[in-house]
Formats: sequence, C-alpha cells, structure tokens
Amino acid sequence: MSPSLLVEQTLNGVQLGAMLFLMAAGLTLVFGIMNLINLAHGSLYMLGAYFAAAATNATGNFWLGVALALAATALVGAALERLLLRRFYARSHLHQVLVTFGLILVFNEMTRLIAGPAPLKFALPDVLTGSVNIMPGVPYPVFRLVILGVGLLVAAMLYLVIQHTRLGMWIRAGASDRPMAAAMGVDVELIFVAVFSAGAALAGLAGLMAGPVLAVQVGMGEPVLILALVVTVIGGVGSMKGAFVAAMAIGLIDTFGRVLLPPALGAMIIFIAMAAILLWRPQGLFPVHG
Amino acid sequence: MRILALAAILALVTPGAALADDAPIKVGFLSTFSGPNAVLGQEMLDGFNLGLKAAGGTFGGRAVTIVKNDDQAKPDAARQTADKMIESDRIQILTGIIFSNVMLAVAKPALDAGVFVLSSNAGPSQYAGKQCNPHFFGVAFQNDVSAEAMGVALNNKGLKRVYLMAANYPAGKDFLAGFKHTFKGEIVGEVYTTFGQLDYAAEIAQLRSKKPEALFFFYPGGMGVNFVKQYSQAGLTREIPIFAPSYSLDQTVLPAVGDAAIGAFASSSWSETWGNPQTEKFVADFAAATGRIPSSYAANGYDTALLIDAALKSIGGRIEDKAAFQKALETVKFETLRGKFRFNANHFPIQDYYLTEAVKDAKGRPIMAKRELIAADVADSLVGDCKMAPGSN
Repeated sequence: MSPSLLVEQTLNGVQLGAMLFLMAAGLTLVFGIMNLINLAHGSLYMLGAYFAAAATNATGNFWLGVALALAATALVGAALERLLLRRFYARSHLHQVLVTFGLILVFNEMTRLIAGPAPLKFALPDVLTGSVNIMPGVPYPVFRLVILGVGLLVAAMLYLVIQHTRLGMWIRAGASDRPMAAAMGVDVELIFVAVFSAGAALAGLAGLMAGPVLAVQVGMGEPVLILALVVTVIGGVGSMKGAFVAAMAIGLIDTFGRVLLPPALGAMIIFIAMAAILLWRPQGLFPVHG
Repeated sequence: MRILALAAILALVTPGAALADDAPIKVGFLSTFSGPNAVLGQEMLDGFNLGLKAAGGTFGGRAVTIVKNDDQAKPDAARQTADKMIESDRIQILTGIIFSNVMLAVAKPALDAGVFVLSSNAGPSQYAGKQCNPHFFGVAFQNDVSAEAMGVALNNKGLKRVYLMAANYPAGKDFLAGFKHTFKGEIVGEVYTTFGQLDYAAEIAQLRSKKPEALFFFYPGGMGVNFVKQYSQAGLTREIPIFAPSYSLDQTVLPAVGDAAIGAFASSSWSETWGNPQTEKFVADFAAATGRIPSSYAANGYDTALLIDAALKSIGGRIEDKAAFQKALETVKFETLRGKFRFNANHFPIQDYYLTEAVKDAKGRPIMAKRELIAADVADSLVGDCKMAPGSN
C-alpha cells in the first residue's frame, strides 16, 4: 500500500469511526443514564435520513431540511420516551429489547406505508458535492470530510458538556448512582427526556449525514445499529470515552480489514476484534458500572 | 413423515384441485416485500399484475388466485414459506423470486412437489446447467449472460484494463465469472464486498489506486444506490466510467441515485426506452397505475404473466396436464416487451442485448437510453451442461 493510499484509507477509517460514534454516543448515553437498551435507535437514524430527505426535497433547501430533521427526530425521541419507554426503565433488559425491537418493526412498516418501498432521493447542495485534493493526486469527497468534522465536533461538545457543565455532572451522577442522584435533588424525569431527545437527535444527525452517501430506504438503520452495538459493547456500555475510542478503532479495523484481508475474513474482522477485546476486558475498554 | 400424512389427508378431503378444470389457477408469488430490497418485489408484483390485467384478468381463460408471500430475501425464511405455499396453499406455479440464493433454497422442494418454477428474475447457473429441470423456466435471464454481454461490449469499445466489483453472494460471483468468460483485456482488480455493505470508501480508494480504464460492478437494489452515489461523490464517474448489468442501473436504483448515475452504462435485454409499441404501452400503463417509470423487474414480471397466459391459452387452460404445459411454455409465442425472446434447450432465454446509457429524460429524470446492439440471439454458455430429463406428468 502506497503512503498516499495509506493516508486515504486511514481517513476513510476515521470517517467511518466518526459516523459510528454519532450512533453509539446516543445509544451509550441512553443506556448509561436510564439503563435502557434501545434497539429502536436505528429507527431514529432512519427517521433522521427520511425527515431530511423529505424536507430537503419539499423545501429545496438542504440546510433547512437538516434543521427540520434534527428537530423532528428529537421530538420523536421525546414522545417515545414520554409515551412508552419510561414505563420500561424498571423492567428487565429482556422486556426493553422486546419492546424496542417491536418499535423497529413498527417504524419500518410505517415508513414503508408513508414513503413507499423505493429509496428516496437525497441530493447534496453544490457546495458539498465534488472533492478536494487532500494530497497531490488524491481527491477526497468534500462531504466525507464534513462527516468527519461533524463527528469530531460532536465528540468535543459532548466531552465539554458531560465533563464541564452542571448538566453533565447530573448526567454523570445519574449514570453512576441513579437513586442517590434523585435523592440529592436532581430532576431525573427532566434529565431523562433531555437525554433521550439528545440521543435521538444524535441518531438523526448520523442518519441525515448518511443520507447523501447511502440509500435512504426502509431498514437502513439496522445494519448501522449492529455496528453501533458492537462499538458500545467494546467501549464499555455507558461510557462516552469508550464509545469514541471504540468507534475509531472499529472504523479503522473495518476499513483496513476489508482492504487487506480476504472477503469472508474482512467481513468478520470487527466481530473477531470484539470477541478478542471482550475476552481481555469483559466489561469493555472503559467500564462505567462496577 | 407427519407432514406427508397430513398432506395425504388433505388431498383426500379437499375436492381434488387436480381434477377440477375450472378451479382458479394458483400462482405462488414469493418475492421480497420487506427489508432494504422490498422495492424489487413490489416492482415485480406491479408488473405481474399489469400483465395479468393485460391478459384480461385470467390465465388461459381460467380465474387466477395469487398467493403472495414475503421471502425477506432470506433463504431459510423463504424455504419455510415456500413449503407452506406448496403443501397447504397447493400452488401450481411459483414465481416472483428475486435473489439467486433464495431460488436455490426453494426451487428444489417446489420442483419435487410438481410445481412449475417460472423465475421472473433469479437465474442461478445451477438451474441453467447440471440441475436444469423440465419444470424450471428462467423467464428473465441467466445470471452470467448480461455480464458476458458486457464483456463483449467492453471489447467492442476497445477498453483494456478493467476493475471488477460485486457483492459476495452467488449472483455476484456468477456475474463476475460471466464477464471474465468474454472480456479479452486485463482484469486489474477483482473485489467482493459483504452482501448489504453500506460504505465503499475503502474499496473505491483501492480502485482508484489501480488506475483502471473502466469499472464493471454488480450491486442490486440498495447496495447499488449506495455504491453509485459514493462513486460519483469520489469524483470518479467521469474519470473511470462504470458499466453494470441492467439491474444495477434501472428504475429501482436511478431515482434515488439521481444525477450521480448519468453517464453510466448497462447491458440490457430491456429498458424503458426499448422502442417497440408494446413497451410504449407498458410504460404508459405502468405510469398510470403506479406513477413510476417501470424497472426491468416490473418488465420481467409482466412478461412472465404474458408467458403463462399464452402457454395456457394454447392448451385450453389445462395446467394440470404438466407435460402439455411444459411443452407449451417451451414453444409458445407471446408478445414480450423485449421484442425477441425464445427458450433454449435448458429453459433459459435466447435474446438480444443492447448497451444502455443513463441520461436525463424530458422531465429531468434519469432513464436508461437504448444505445448500440451488443449481440443478437445471446444464449448462456451453460446449456451444454444441461441434460434435460424428458417431461414428466
């Protein structure tokens, strides 16, 4: 592999990692705070892409579409938490998995009924199409650089909010000892809605950024959900730092695995990596709960 | 054993469908109606229904019951559903199957039970060659052929260095194998990606570093949308032109890909611009019924319905006479959208292939415009392996 190709593939890996981080961040946030396994996270990702595509196609303005889609997915997230999922915080994980799996089916079928089975068109504005030379003779799509940038930006913002604000302190308190945090006067109900909508918006953001790169279609959330679950588990469930490190690791391992290994092994490599890491650290890289 | 016993009892108590000549013909339509590829099954069903309507709502003058089921694009799920359709719904014809791996899982139990399998899409090499069967008909194509045609087209264009990519599943391998049968230049890279893969940035970077003159790929449905979008975003569509079989560049893919596809080439046995009166009527009727431009899946569904109707008409609707129905399917003439079509000895088509190019139509929608003839009367190369058993009843 030539040096320029190595740089390009590393960039591809980091960009995939940034994408996975956006998905895993919401998942791990919700699990860390509410102890809720939300398999419907992939559906929120799909909704983000559909909202953005539909709003962009309707208004003709990509940026307006993005803003509407983010607000809409956050709203769906809040409604989901208030109307349904809050009833499941105290239930076992099996119940949570069942109800959120059911939600996947409901969201997929509803999307198919409303938008039809064919993938939606979602074009980028001119300023984001095309490519720039990251090195002489190595063009790289502008939009992928945007994904990379947004992913890193969101990671930095989450870090600031969680480590250096009062809200973040409450979130961390809720994650490590919920009853104690509630007893100390933290409005847990409010935190839960806020965190769930934020998680939904993160999934929506990942989805709407995937929209121009991938097919906007029913079921687009599930393959990403699986990868996000892998990332969450490797990183240590509930750990934002873990999600970031694991997302980057999986992005790079997957990219180089696909390029360097035979196809069957390349497809399995991230799962092999997961098994190996869990063998070494059963709680993930950065365990949160005991 | 218990199922056999149950089937025997059912056969006794149900008023023998095999005897009642005026009973509706039961067509099992097993296709992909859920998941990322749901659009393919819907397209084909819409085309099939339109064909049934064009035939006056009957096949050979007999009423038709369509038993529609979802195969989820999964061989194991499809096998279970197919068993149910064969044993309890007692279908007489099985059609609609999109994916070759699904076909390989369900064709055998269907054929063993005496059901006619009329494939309106999947054309796995097995059933064109050694496993060819008197009751199996590939109405659409054999998987290798459109790829073989593309090999010829690239030879004709004088392209020498070609890069190959496909999804890692039976049809993907068949396609690349088919291409290599006929292409005379150099293959500078051959890459198989996981079925359902989302991101192709790594593979596209490898491809660019090999500096091929052209890319031949096979990604159906959503994978095709993902790949073509990302390829175009990488700025490669003009630099390294892409060539694909028609199903990677048809109306199930093009609307979602948009302008990114413009300039891509396909080898096709049919496209929406085929330029014969029956295609013009079909495209107009399909648009009136669904508001869409039909894809090749819809066209093959339509042709399958017309074939069944024509074959049954010629034998007075007696589908129960399996030898006669087989003979009728083999020889009957019907007004195919493709213009020219007949079955080879292995029950796969002999048809013309043209190059098509993605262009914009008057309304700015991407369509596949018919270009030069690649080869006429193209048959698959597996027919020699087929020792067709004599028709059975």
